[in-house]
Amino acid sequence: MTTETATTGASLAAAPVRREPRPALRGRPLGARRQRRLLAWLFVAPLLVVNLLVITGPGLASVFYSFTDWDGLSTPRFVGLANYAEMLRSGAVGSALLHNVLWTLFFLVVPMGMGLVGAFLLSRLRRYQAIFRVLYFIPYVLATVVSAAVWRQILDPDGGIGAALATLGLPFLADVNFLGNPSLALGSVAFVNTWQWWGFLLVIFLASMQSVDPALYEAVRLDGAGPVREFWHITLPMIRPTLVFLGLMTIIWSFLVFDYVYVLTQGGPAGSTDVLSTVLYREAFQNQRHGYASAVAMLLSAISAATVLGYLALRRRLRWDI
Amino acid sequence: MGTTARRGQPVSWIVLGLLALYALGPLLVFAFNALKSAREIDSNPLGLPQSWSWGNFAVAWEQAHMGGALLNSLVIAVATAAGVALIATMAAYAMTRLDLPGGGAWILWLLVSSSLPIQLFLVPLVSWWSTLGLYNQPIGLIIIYWAVYSPFATLLVRAFLIGMPKEYEEAARLDGAGELGVFARIVLPMIRPAVLTAALVSGLQAYNEFMLAVTFIQDRDFQPVALSLYSFQQGFTTDWSLVSAAGLLMALPVVVLFLTMQRTFIDGYVSRGIAV
Repeated sequence: MTTETATTGASLAAAPVRREPRPALRGRPLGARRQRRLLAWLFVAPLLVVNLLVITGPGLASVFYSFTDWDGLSTPRFVGLANYAEMLRSGAVGSALLHNVLWTLFFLVVPMGMGLVGAFLLSRLRRYQAIFRVLYFIPYVLATVVSAAVWRQILDPDGGIGAALATLGLPFLADVNFLGNPSLALGSVAFVNTWQWWGFLLVIFLASMQSVDPALYEAVRLDGAGPVREFWHITLPMIRPTLVFLGLMTIIWSFLVFDYVYVLTQGGPAGSTDVLSTVLYREAFQNQRHGYASAVAMLLSAISAATVLGYLALRRRLRWDI
Repeated sequence: MGTTARRGQPVSWIVLGLLALYALGPLLVFAFNALKSAREIDSNPLGLPQSWSWGNFAVAWEQAHMGGALLNSLVIAVATAAGVALIATMAAYAMTRLDLPGGGAWILWLLVSSSLPIQLFLVPLVSWWSTLGLYNQPIGLIIIYWAVYSPFATLLVRAFLIGMPKEYEEAARLDGAGELGVFARIVLPMIRPAVLTAALVSGLQAYNEFMLAVTFIQDRDFQPVALSLYSFQQGFTTDWSLVSAAGLLMALPVVVLFLTMQRTFIDGYVSRGIAV
């Protein structure tokens, strides 16, 4: 209510002469107003209908199903907290959660670091900035299945980069099965996802850095600061809102990751790349345990919600204004 | 700027060049592999092809059912883009210009909807869609995309509308134009950039999307190209030259579209990264 009435009020105050004559012109102010309101509901109806049907409705249904034993077809049977109790004891969920945490740490450091450094260097270029920006962004517009196809052959133990480098004098890289070795698979999947993802971060960091006042850089340069000090003392503090926001989204997305794991390894080998989403998917659509899968969905949503709430609390405590 | 700005230049160029190589090198290998024979990939995985087998594209087109799949994807992407643009524009107009009650609550609802994990509603949605006869139907998938991509698009168009002066609309009303006339003839032309961005971004997302497509489409005749490329690379004896050819066929329309409209795309994604 607040924002809309505030803006309408402001525009009324600003242009009272223009708004006043309209009802007088039509002669029936109440009818015109009702008509406008009806039109408003008609205009918002498509959004409301698809959202309730696809997101809000099934989302709320998930809460209910998480307390039931349900195969997706027959009548759900209420089981209280049994699904949640099983989830807490489950080794599969525990190791999937650990993989999500490792994934989060990797994505907070590697792609963010690459995006930050790349954007900083690019922001100091006076020419060719636009070309580099487009080149870096190309992998981001590719589909998961395309970048998976690209990297599966490069990481192939027989005909990929490992075999090629082995013939060039790095014999320990021969026969390394990046996606098939349980101790390498998760890192390899994260690496492939990074290739597609980091350019997006770079482009956003660059946009944010371009809005920093150049006079700030001039000032530290007069003090004799080099690029590294400029980066730490000017760039990073000035783009903090973007940095924090993308860090927050990175955490949320890392706990929801599904596509790359599913396409490249399906959670294997031996569960070494299983994440919460692939566990959920397998329980729902292979084991037909929709109730239990809904409980895993609750855990995922709770992690997202806790991340956002934690961020809001932090923002309030530190008095950030973004 | 002067000398201090130039001091780190050579290192900058090297790092930026390496990053460009990292972004594009794998794509070059991919393109080369599409032109090799399967046997040549084994002996020469990363280099230029020795003989250029353009016939790979024809074979991949046939074996991966690319023709029908690309057509399905085109229909899905265009229907998603058009639907999201329409839904978002109408809703944003109602929220900013018509007297829709409950202003702030709508924004909160949009923010929550656009950040809810798909996994939260995926499982019940499958059984809802089976009941409604929308499971395994392209239109069922399109409706899901409308719902998933419209909250962000609405926020985008809304932000644009808020920054737009109302004077033109007021003037048109004084001249006796009805609400629909004001919307179609005054507002729509002015917010075209935001609507175009929302349409392009959601169309591209629909074309590339995997999780919802693999869950809701089973029939091969309805498969979007992402699914046919997926099943084509899952086989036991994967022929990488053909997979590369099929992958290039899927990627090419997107890369060409992106390169011709890169400013619109990048602006759309930047607003997605900052504005929300």
